[in-house]
Amino acid sequence: MRRSMLFLPGNTPNMLVNGAFLGADAVILDLEDAVAPSEKDAARVLVRNTIRYMDFRGCEVIVRINAVDSDFWQADLDEILPQKPDLILLPKSSSAQDVLAADAYIGQKEAALGFAPNTVRLMPLIETALGVENAFSIASACPRVAALFLGAEDLTADLRCQRTKAGREIEYARTRLVVAARAANVDVYDTPFTDVNDDEGIQTDAAYAKALGFTGKASISPRHVEVINRVFSPTQKEIDYAYEVMDAIRLAKEQGRGAIALRGKMIDAPIVARAEQTIAAAREMGLGREDRA
Amino acid sequence: MNGKLVKTIREAISLSGLRDGMTVSFHHHLRNGDYVLNQVMAEIAALGIRDLTVSASSLFDTHQPLTDHIRSGVVTGIQTNYMAAGIGREISRGILGKPVEFRTHGARASDIASGQAPIDVAFIAAPSADHMGNCSGKFGKSACGSLGYAYPDAMYAKKVVVITDNLVPYPLQGWSIPETNVDYVVPVEAIGNPAGIVSGTTRITRDPVGLVMASYAARVIEHSGLLKDGFSFQTGAGGASLAAADFLKKIMLEKGVQGSFGLGGITGYMVDMLQAGCFQSLLDVQCFDLKAVESIRSDPRHQEISALHYAGPSARSAVVDSLDVVILGATEIDTAFNVNVHTDSNGYIMGGSGGHSDTAAGAKLAMIIAPLFRARLPIVTDHVTCVSTPGRDIDVLVTQGGIAVNPKNGELRQRLLDAGLPIVEIQELKARAEGITGAPKRLPRGGREVARVLCRDGGQLDSIYHTPEEAE
Amino acid sequence: MTEIVRAASAGTLESSDAYVEIEPAGQGIEIQLESVVKGQFGESILAAVRETLAGCGVERARVTVSDRGALECVLRARVEAAVLRGRGDC
Repeated sequence: MRRSMLFLPGNTPNMLVNGAFLGADAVILDLEDAVAPSEKDAARVLVRNTIRYMDFRGCEVIVRINAVDSDFWQADLDEILPQKPDLILLPKSSSAQDVLAADAYIGQKEAALGFAPNTVRLMPLIETALGVENAFSIASACPRVAALFLGAEDLTADLRCQRTKAGREIEYARTRLVVAARAANVDVYDTPFTDVNDDEGIQTDAAYAKALGFTGKASISPRHVEVINRVFSPTQKEIDYAYEVMDAIRLAKEQGRGAIALRGKMIDAPIVARAEQTIAAAREMGLGREDRA
Repeated sequence: MNGKLVKTIREAISLSGLRDGMTVSFHHHLRNGDYVLNQVMAEIAALGIRDLTVSASSLFDTHQPLTDHIRSGVVTGIQTNYMAAGIGREISRGILGKPVEFRTHGARASDIASGQAPIDVAFIAAPSADHMGNCSGKFGKSACGSLGYAYPDAMYAKKVVVITDNLVPYPLQGWSIPETNVDYVVPVEAIGNPAGIVSGTTRITRDPVGLVMASYAARVIEHSGLLKDGFSFQTGAGGASLAAADFLKKIMLEKGVQGSFGLGGITGYMVDMLQAGCFQSLLDVQCFDLKAVESIRSDPRHQEISALHYAGPSARSAVVDSLDVVILGATEIDTAFNVNVHTDSNGYIMGGSGGHSDTAAGAKLAMIIAPLFRARLPIVTDHVTCVSTPGRDIDVLVTQGGIAVNPKNGELRQRLLDAGLPIVEIQELKARAEGITGAPKRLPRGGREVARVLCRDGGQLDSIYHTPEEAE
Repeated sequence: MTEIVRAASAGTLESSDAYVEIEPAGQGIEIQLESVVKGQFGESILAAVRETLAGCGVERARVTVSDRGALECVLRARVEAAVLRGRGDC
């Protein structure tokens, strides 16, 4: 389950070593924007050591490397891949070619390291106008792609518009990314909400992202992590309904009935699939029926 | 009689009859902006008076000249409730012959009242006063708000000297300390530097670990069973404590809890809670920021209390006895929940109990917020370097890596578990921290006692030993 | 063997970090350590620095460590980064 992802600057030891304690489902150790060009070498080594020696206690580790048009990305991967991060966040992914370049390099390294193919998954960061337009081809570029990730700060710069709290300017990008990702059968993550002191704003923004179909949301502040986790968790009502669906199916099977109705509504395959997802998420949070015995 | 007004501090000292071997006292509401202690001690030294004991409710690093008076023999004894790191380091190196006596804020008030810690001459830094000595901290360019810690000094010292930089026509309106206690009044240019007295605003931490701990702390309170109408609360001015107050405010407003009072050193965040309707009143022994000063001046629900009323163990009752929840800090806590706030992990004095032990003893729920580790030092140890507050008075330790409940408190533990909070044994927190930092080597203790930590209700709790110069 | 050919540094003086300076030396490894946790971790810090230098193939260098309570993995990273910046083949 990956509801919240928290960015941590890659050259700041105090933040990195506490990454596991900040409540996020995943941390993104950032070698790109958070690190000055002159410190890329030191940050790479620091992030590598942090992954190697620190116990992240079930918190997923994602590394944002530098973009494929930079001089740094291959050295980043050389250093990081042996530590087997869960995901690589690839910034400025504007086309399938960008993703395939990283995929090919990671593939070679994986083979050399003796990892099974596609052990380390890719999450393209869509933050250019071209990237938004190419979203589906990026999401379906190769099996290594696990999710799309929307980066609104760079995107709005590229669109030459102001980034606002209401976010009307990224409406199209958000919906386009959700559709592209779902069409390619991968997850999709929403851009961080950048006002760290606006507690209502993050709640509204996260709820909106969930309503659009995003899997989860990134954050630049641990203050937002709790809200994001809450918004992207199934509610007790949703969990209860999911169990009712599964019970109804079991009962119908025992009785040899084909069509199943619950509260006067037909249960079809998508409802079952959603119920299964909800129960899986609930169990991961310790809220499953089995956990309540 | 109109003879109280005296031109200079030196003249007031002479008139007070101060002699070798006596005790002089000071209060700390001007905090690191205070000029009065240094001005008075310089005059005392110039008069050739020696062998004095300084009784100060707290000592800050602005009082560093005190160490020169120690070296020259003007000062041979110190009684205080808190000592900042700069002076603490020198005391820890053994510059003072007699051990420092550390009390709690409440115990100092009680011991002054009972005569166990008598004061010969008290010097009251007063942001406003009239020529008969009615004085207040609420008005004037050096306004500091409450004068709570100065009350016992004013009431029980043999002689009381008020020093002010805002002499107003008699009678001062809204006095705190009345003329009945005052012998002399000295007008001076400035009693302090406003920039060091109160901070403009106290800010919530942006430190991620502090925020995580604050969120846990608020949820512990939410599920403690104590958060209901009539709730009372105290928190420190540390970043994580303030953030916890902010989270708590949201919970109280969401649930519509009508609290009774907020206590302690008061910050703008507590004022916000008062104004938002979380509390009926604030009981204030010291103001930490301008917002608190403005509030105590203008809002009758925001009341000044004396140190004895705040926390005096000998008082027939003190506010801490009615307190539900207090959030406190720690430099170390051991697996028996004993807390050290007097020394750093190298043994150097850098703090003191202040109201820590008083509120921990009084509150129904005393919670420590501390990170698992600071830089490379684990906070949970087998034995604290110095016991400031005994473990029997501590109920919960909140860290970013989990929450430990004192085993004496099984019911609370169950409530928090039921609420889904990450409850772990304190030994487990120690193991986790050491898993990250490595196990620190225990430092050898110096041989000479440099300070005694006194229990709030009599007797000695622990000793602090000298720390030699770092060996190279 | 990795030769240190120029003075270089890595890290910062912020809490939980370490600032490591390295420079060429004639013979052997010489380490100067200043640390806020010298009493508690001094020996293990020195051992970690030596081990990291050996791991990088450095046999001759003068190293100054100003430690602000860095965890061992951080300290090792800073030593390694200083070596990367001071070595001859880059």
